[in-house]
Amino acid sequence: MDDARGEILARVRAALADRPAPAAVVRDYERSRSVPDPVGLLVERVADYKAIVHRVAEAEVPERIAERLAARGVTTMAVPADVPGPWRAPGVTWLPDEPPLALAELDGVGGVLTGCAAAIAETGTIVLDAGAAQGRRMLSLVPDYHLCVVRADQVAVSVPEALARLEPVRPLTFISGPSATSDIELDRVEGVHGPRTLEVLVSE
Amino acid sequence: MGGRNPVTWLGTPSFPKAAHDALGDTQLRRNLRKATTTIRGKRASAVAELADWERLRAAGAAIKDDVLANLDTYLVRLEEAVTARGGVVHWARDAEEANRIVLDLVRAEGADEVVKVKSMATAEIGLNEALEAGGVRAVETDLAELIVQLGDDRPSHILVPAIHRNRAEIRDVFRRRMAEPPASDEPGDLAEAARRHLRRKFLATKVAISGANFAVADTGSVVVVESEGNGRMCLTLPETLITVMGLEKIVPSWPDLEVFLQLLPRSSTAERMNPYTSVWSGVTPGDGPRRFHLVLLDNGRTATLADRVGRQALRCIRCSACLNVCPVYERTGGQAYGSVYPGPIGAILAPQLVDDPHDEQAASLPYASSLCGACYEVCPVRINIPEVLTHLRGKVVEAKGKRTPEAVAMAAAAWMFADARRYEVAQKAGSLSRFLARDGRISHLPWPGSKWTSSRDVPAVPKESFRAWWRRNRG
Amino acid sequence: MTGPRVALFATCITDTVYPETAKAVLRLLERLGCEVDFPLAQTCCGQMHFNTGYHDHARPLAQAYAEVFAGYDYVVAPSGSCAGMVREIHPGLAGTGPAVERTYELSEFLVDVLGVTDVGAYFPHRVTYHPTCHSLRMLGVGDRPLALLRAVRGLELVELPQAEQCCGFGGTFALKNAETSTAMLADKMRCVQDTGAQVLTAGDNSCLMHIGGGLSRLRTGVRTVHLAEVLASTEEEPWAAATR
Repeated sequence: MDDARGEILARVRAALADRPAPAAVVRDYERSRSVPDPVGLLVERVADYKAIVHRVAEAEVPERIAERLAARGVTTMAVPADVPGPWRAPGVTWLPDEPPLALAELDGVGGVLTGCAAAIAETGTIVLDAGAAQGRRMLSLVPDYHLCVVRADQVAVSVPEALARLEPVRPLTFISGPSATSDIELDRVEGVHGPRTLEVLVSE
Repeated sequence: MGGRNPVTWLGTPSFPKAAHDALGDTQLRRNLRKATTTIRGKRASAVAELADWERLRAAGAAIKDDVLANLDTYLVRLEEAVTARGGVVHWARDAEEANRIVLDLVRAEGADEVVKVKSMATAEIGLNEALEAGGVRAVETDLAELIVQLGDDRPSHILVPAIHRNRAEIRDVFRRRMAEPPASDEPGDLAEAARRHLRRKFLATKVAISGANFAVADTGSVVVVESEGNGRMCLTLPETLITVMGLEKIVPSWPDLEVFLQLLPRSSTAERMNPYTSVWSGVTPGDGPRRFHLVLLDNGRTATLADRVGRQALRCIRCSACLNVCPVYERTGGQAYGSVYPGPIGAILAPQLVDDPHDEQAASLPYASSLCGACYEVCPVRINIPEVLTHLRGKVVEAKGKRTPEAVAMAAAAWMFADARRYEVAQKAGSLSRFLARDGRISHLPWPGSKWTSSRDVPAVPKESFRAWWRRNRG
Repeated sequence: MTGPRVALFATCITDTVYPETAKAVLRLLERLGCEVDFPLAQTCCGQMHFNTGYHDHARPLAQAYAEVFAGYDYVVAPSGSCAGMVREIHPGLAGTGPAVERTYELSEFLVDVLGVTDVGAYFPHRVTYHPTCHSLRMLGVGDRPLALLRAVRGLELVELPQAEQCCGFGGTFALKNAETSTAMLADKMRCVQDTGAQVLTAGDNSCLMHIGGGLSRLRTGVRTVHLAEVLASTEEEPWAAATR
């Protein structure tokens, strides 16, 4: 094949023959913002996008997981192999992703339970980075119900603060509410291909 | 290599003629008015939440200008980073070359079907048609793209390609083409029908094709911003992922995304954050596709980059805010622009990508604007669209030469304005038009004045101009 | 005490088609203590040529403007569009200079330079105001015209729905894309009629010619009156409806 790479780079250099010298990037926007209650803001904003959200004491997390799953009538849950033991509430069949669950298995479970890497209060976003208690990306995608535990210390207020906490070379998924679309008359409706129910427990 | 750039659709008439048909479609006008009115209000409130919005816009524009000014450096850096993390980078000079690269990659996987995430770059190069010709079926998975694909239609909006269809029309398309049709025309039921229709495809297809919203040069991280989860399905379930990206989509480093992940969702869907954003860097063992190909697409971008005024169009992050506020777009819809890039941004981007001043249709696009400036006001990366429009009009005029009736009339007007005495003589001649008037107004003028008087009266030019009055009273 | 020395840049359309507007600006500025001149060498700012793509024809007009208006304290134009052309586009065509830098649209000049919002006007009609695109977005005149209108005695100001939407004029756009322009005009006229106003005012005669031409065709009875004529109108010398 002839050299597309060389030709494109040569075109770019020719196009820039006037040596444009754009102004320096000024970052005078707000990189951090302080709010009185970041967790409260996260809860409010997550709920805004039709996710179910609860503010819970850290010690109560296992109990609340059990309660939520019972309320939903879920009997099988996929889970990353490294979630804290107490999260696997009794009365539910837990399917750890080790060895990796087959796609068909994942498609058949009642839901998935994960932790997260960070959360953004201002935008109501949780971020997964395939790290501790999160597993691979498809785990939180294929099941129709995603229960996510966020610790208060993982909550950043603004987008810049959250990005500073994340490793870009890890596979990242930013989740803001359940799957949704604005494709019909530019009006948002929830529930397309991703999990149609997102439930978040914010522990502090 | 070479050939026609498919960014504009072959056979589309020039804008005024295409607009004529669209303006006659009252259903289309209603659908567009409803959708654009809804989104305008929402965007305004989403933007009003951020006190530093104008500073974010300025930073977004500056970052993109830096990328463009040093594009060769950043492209090479991105290539190195993607390669280091297990991806393969390809370079495509034009649509034909990009399509061939993708088709060859799909064939190498032995696949005859691929799933696709909504992507402007692949729409621009006509990838689906090229794959089809090569015996590969491309399944669009974004809801609006699916509506367009199943309806054998063309897109009319960057973000919501089926914006010209209302819920009842979408239901009818789905009823015709789906094994399990939707229960009603409620958006929730339509979304549910799309979910069922595509579920098996997602779980079984081995190759996916995506575009990219951003790519971080330093780390090789590619970003796709979406809503439905179809993007995540395509980006994580298949064994092979092929991403086609316009070569201007780069940001230098990870923190730059803190600007764009604020600007883009609020400008496009008017959300604080879109439901899903995926970021991946090359290949991650045990998580997602095992093979990743990144196709860097030129297709007219370097030609656009060479234009000192026009190059700012390459800052575009495809948010659609300019379409949603444009009074012309609201009346004509997107298909009248004859390109996958409609609206104000399309009017400056498509002609530059086509890069042929003698292409009549492309040359009509910079004139498809009243220069009202609403687009510039909302653009999250501060593209001065009116400035580029008038600049491109200059290029059109230059290409058409001095012999067109318009050029002759303009030269005559310029000659007249160049001298106040000549101008005054012309004013006096013009004031004779008052003899055509009834009750001070003229309702019929010969061509080209008839283009005005078809819908508006013209005031009769009064007997005495202001300057004549001034000379008489104050001179 | 003598007031500032102001050159009136009438603009070609107002000079030729709407002389009453220019007379109104003159009356108004003199009433407010300005010394007003109308340099007879002025013609056109070149906007039609520039916006249609004839940049080479616009350039000498920009150069001529700079020469004609160089020697004044201020240049005032009863047009957001032409003032915008001068301030935003002329520098790129013919460089900047005193004429460009001292050019103001009428409402800017009144509020920012003379520091007045109550200009002593009387206009006993129901009025709605259309913020023309270039006043609004190129110059950013904001609420200045509304502040001026609110201070007019006898004037009942009614809000125009979707005021910030373009009327569809756009210079040669109205001819090159006549049908789209007409569709935009139709919506603007409906909004104007919904207000029940007797008078539509704006800071640009070009846009008013467009909207007024449509309202006249439909025999709506709504009059289009330039902001300057509203502000120049007083009890002693009221606006005369026969002028337009």
